[in-house]
Amino acid sequence: MNLETLTRSSGEWLRGTGPESDIVISTRIRLARNLAAFPFTNRASAHQKGEIEAILRDRISKLDIHPKLIYVNIPGLSPLDRQLLVERQLISRELAAAEGPRGVALGPQETVSLMVNEEDHLRLQVMRSGLALDEAWQDIDKVDDLIEQRVTYAFSEEFGYLTACPTNVGTGMRASVMLHLPALVLTKQIEKVFRALQKINLAVRGLYGEGSRASGDFYQISNQVTLGKSETTILNEIREVIPQIINYERQARAVLVQGNRQALQDKVWRAFGTLRNATIMTSEETMDLLSSVRLGINLGLLEDLSIPTVNELFINTQPAHLQKLMGTELDGEERNAARARYLRTRLREIGAQPN
Amino acid sequence: MKCQYCSNPATVHLTDIVNKQKRELHLCQECAEKHQLIQQHQLNLPAILHAMIGQYVGAMSDELARLACPACGMRYMEFRAEGRLGCPHDYNVFRVGLGPLLERIHRASRHVGKVPRHRVDVGRQVELVELRQKLRRAIEAEAYEEAAQVRDLIRQKEATG
Repeated sequence: MNLETLTRSSGEWLRGTGPESDIVISTRIRLARNLAAFPFTNRASAHQKGEIEAILRDRISKLDIHPKLIYVNIPGLSPLDRQLLVERQLISRELAAAEGPRGVALGPQETVSLMVNEEDHLRLQVMRSGLALDEAWQDIDKVDDLIEQRVTYAFSEEFGYLTACPTNVGTGMRASVMLHLPALVLTKQIEKVFRALQKINLAVRGLYGEGSRASGDFYQISNQVTLGKSETTILNEIREVIPQIINYERQARAVLVQGNRQALQDKVWRAFGTLRNATIMTSEETMDLLSSVRLGINLGLLEDLSIPTVNELFINTQPAHLQKLMGTELDGEERNAARARYLRTRLREIGAQPN
Repeated sequence: MKCQYCSNPATVHLTDIVNKQKRELHLCQECAEKHQLIQQHQLNLPAILHAMIGQYVGAMSDELARLACPACGMRYMEFRAEGRLGCPHDYNVFRVGLGPLLERIHRASRHVGKVPRHRVDVGRQVELVELRQKLRRAIEAEAYEEAAQVRDLIRQKEATG
């Protein structure tokens, strides 16, 4: 695998399969871990970061994981390639923007990514398509066990896994489920859902994590608390609440269809028509229109277009992906023209028609 | 009620209770966003953390402000400014200041859950961080003979850990 091959697929999280995949996009779990003998990344000298990276890189290369993980040296990547990994959710924006020795080990299916010298020395991440908290936890727990046999993690009986930020200490675990909630947004009930989630200490974030806007009506629900609750308890709390949100979204969809089918159909077809005909498209507008199209497909208002295809359009119209596909660096205006051209061509190739 | 930062009407009210002490923040939307206490739909935890650290260090007098970690050199005031700790040992050194914070963030103060099978005791962890910092200083001072000695000592300690 190299980075060029990444743009030829949508990656695990946009595969569009898995349980409840009309609403649940993906499940992701990450664990924050640090080596016991070193200062945290922000406090480590360049030399120490080099040592930390060398140790972790060596231990990761020896892990009994098949197929083998591929280690990517981040400083050796162009800004465009870093952005590509961010868009695919394989590395964090922080890791892309940081300085000094750092890297990421990736599984060929893009389900596993191990970030080295992020805010913590090691950030393990496992991603699964659809709602798959148990599977994701089993995977990441196993990888964590394998690494733990080869390094000594910073850990105390009292505070658990010790992390650079006290918001992660304890289990170091953040489990998140990404949902597509267009009907709750359209019916203006989304705020209510957020308030309810906050009351039970679950956080809601946009597509690209902390502080990012919920573009394309994608929302990530994750645990806020990492101390004082076991991994199992935390996962159960999320597991319990997700079906309720799915239910609300389904109800809202039913209301939209029953209440004013024609208006909804109009919205979906207009979105589709714009995507198929426009000559200038921003990333933001594309996300919003694709969200409507995705909803339309799930409600049977659009045929000849599949969810995996829409997912592919979602990822390939992101700035770095688009530039990779076009084989050249483009400025903002050029990107908007190239994005529109790409969408027109792809949608005509597929021959998708409004239903 | 007026915003504590400007005099616009306060629409955001944040309350927390730690050790039976209640603290309140009353802000207008604009100031809350400006100070990143709320962000769109979510409470911004790192920003709240930042504000909380500020409040506690005031309440806990100079004692906390003078604290520094012997292993990594981090001072509590730096933690307050950056919101990030310097090394694993800071959890012990800043215990007094961290306790209420952890309680506020997690509503708990003790770990429950996974435990690594392979552990070294806390004392040994601190010692290793200290040695690593000593190594760093030796390298920076180009005292390579000392660096080599410290490195050997680290290897020895790690092997017996």
